[in-house]
Amino acid sequence: MSDEDEIILSELDDEELVQQMFDDLYDGLKEEIEEGVNILLERKWEPYDILTKALVGGMTIVGADFRDGILFVPEVLLAANAMKGGMAILKPLLAETGAPRVGKMVIGTVKGDIHDIGKNLVGMMMEGAGFEVVDLGINNPVENYLEAMETEGPDILGMSALLTTTMPYMKVVIDTMVEQGIRDDYIVLVGGAPLNEEFGKAIGADAYCRDAAVAVETAKEWMARKHNSVKSA
Amino acid sequence: MTNPFTELLAEKGALLADGATGTNLFNMGLMSGDAPEFWNTDEPKKIIALYKGAVDAGSDLFLTNSFGANASRLKLHDAAKRAHELSRVAAEIGREVADTAGRKVIVAGSVGPTGEIMEPVGSLSHALAVEMFHETADGLKAGGADIGWLETISAPEEYRAAAEGFALAGLDWVGTMSFDTAGRTMMGLTSEGMVEMVHDLDNAPLAFGANCGTGASDLLRTILGMAAKEEGRLPIVAKGNAGIPKYVDGHIHYDGTPELMADYAVMARNCGASVIGGCCGTMPSHLEKMREALDTRAKGSAPELDEIVAALGPFSSAGDGTGDDQAPERRSRRGRRRG
Repeated sequence: MSDEDEIILSELDDEELVQQMFDDLYDGLKEEIEEGVNILLERKWEPYDILTKALVGGMTIVGADFRDGILFVPEVLLAANAMKGGMAILKPLLAETGAPRVGKMVIGTVKGDIHDIGKNLVGMMMEGAGFEVVDLGINNPVENYLEAMETEGPDILGMSALLTTTMPYMKVVIDTMVEQGIRDDYIVLVGGAPLNEEFGKAIGADAYCRDAAVAVETAKEWMARKHNSVKSA
Repeated sequence: MTNPFTELLAEKGALLADGATGTNLFNMGLMSGDAPEFWNTDEPKKIIALYKGAVDAGSDLFLTNSFGANASRLKLHDAAKRAHELSRVAAEIGREVADTAGRKVIVAGSVGPTGEIMEPVGSLSHALAVEMFHETADGLKAGGADIGWLETISAPEEYRAAAEGFALAGLDWVGTMSFDTAGRTMMGLTSEGMVEMVHDLDNAPLAFGANCGTGASDLLRTILGMAAKEEGRLPIVAKGNAGIPKYVDGHIHYDGTPELMADYAVMARNCGASVIGGCCGTMPSHLEKMREALDTRAKGSAPELDEIVAALGPFSSAGDGTGDDQAPERRSRRGRRRG
């Protein structure tokens, strides 16, 4: 295929169109993604299928290449932005059709820490994977997390810290959750440049996530475990 | 063009820079979340102690407490308008410490990132970034800094914007980036890529290099990549962390000992760096050992990667996208929509 080939999205069959949307997500082409979503809707696809098969499927490839050091932050941000374009169309339809929920996450940078690039990236990649994300922003005291968990009812709490001096605050939040007897109601994921797995374990988090792609994989894994334990309970 | 920094470097062959700013200030009681730059006016004695810690340990050069003294970072503390003032005072205090040191010490005005992602991916425009860097550089110059010292940058766009800011302020500068993602910067730039970018600038720095990142081993691999591409044109700066942060009894502790950092300093020089210091976790006790090692151990040949691992610990990623280690290819498109 030469570079000059003009692909007309509406002329592709379903399977080819989904493949093309994977490419377009990879290259961060927002308008093309929006067009692809609209075509699939016209073809009577369920909004939930468009989300999981086309968008989340494409973002999974982006996530894997980010994890493997092939794509970096700028490309991932563009891809997430394209995904967002598609999601904006699907969101009201998903609510109307009562589609199953992938999961919900409350995320925020801990008290004392004003860095947010990594946290934003995780939020975008989680949305890219179909999760609903409530972003509390930067510099969150424990009260903010507790309030958001109560009002939003998330499955997952995500905390980020970029400074070695703010990392210990994650333990304050987890300890408070334990005191209030709500620790086990949530999956707690932590991340940030100076953290490591050992630290995550030491403070009582469920997992440390090295980067946004790992955060998504870990979140999916823990959601699956949660569903299984609910079924067997 | 001469500058106190290039003069001292020519005279000494290699310079010992300083260690951590944040780690030291937190040990003096700075609370996390507070802007360290406020201490320039609120707790000047502690800033003098910070600078003196490096000077007394033998540093030839120290960075001022102005890393976050730009409008974008200070805005988060409702102090966007203090960027010039806090930069100036940071340099003034530094000037005084350097001028009373009894030997030649360089005051390098620290300039950190804006914390924003630049256009087209993010929202910060080139013009606004240049304006912010210009303001900080102006303040540092007014306070008497010998040079500007850009550090911990991830995006090439931001490095370029800072170069323009320094040019507008008429302040000579040095600029380092952080390589913390699979051996590249967060934005994907390799060590080789940085060399190409540096030589493409209208206002080139006096020296360039790497700081912070993931640990001393990774940092030296980055320096090797730079030195191979640079071929001796500009001096290279190595400012690595004192190991990896560990959580011990409720506190964060960097696992790099002074002895390990001494080995790191000597290896950094062997890798091709001529301005060598530490970053996070590097205290005066580390600097003393680094000074001693640089003064007493002879310069050797560049280490192989496995020698670095044996001395300083494993790398955080298998490769770093340079030399034979070219990253796997991007997914290729099935075709193009727009010809």
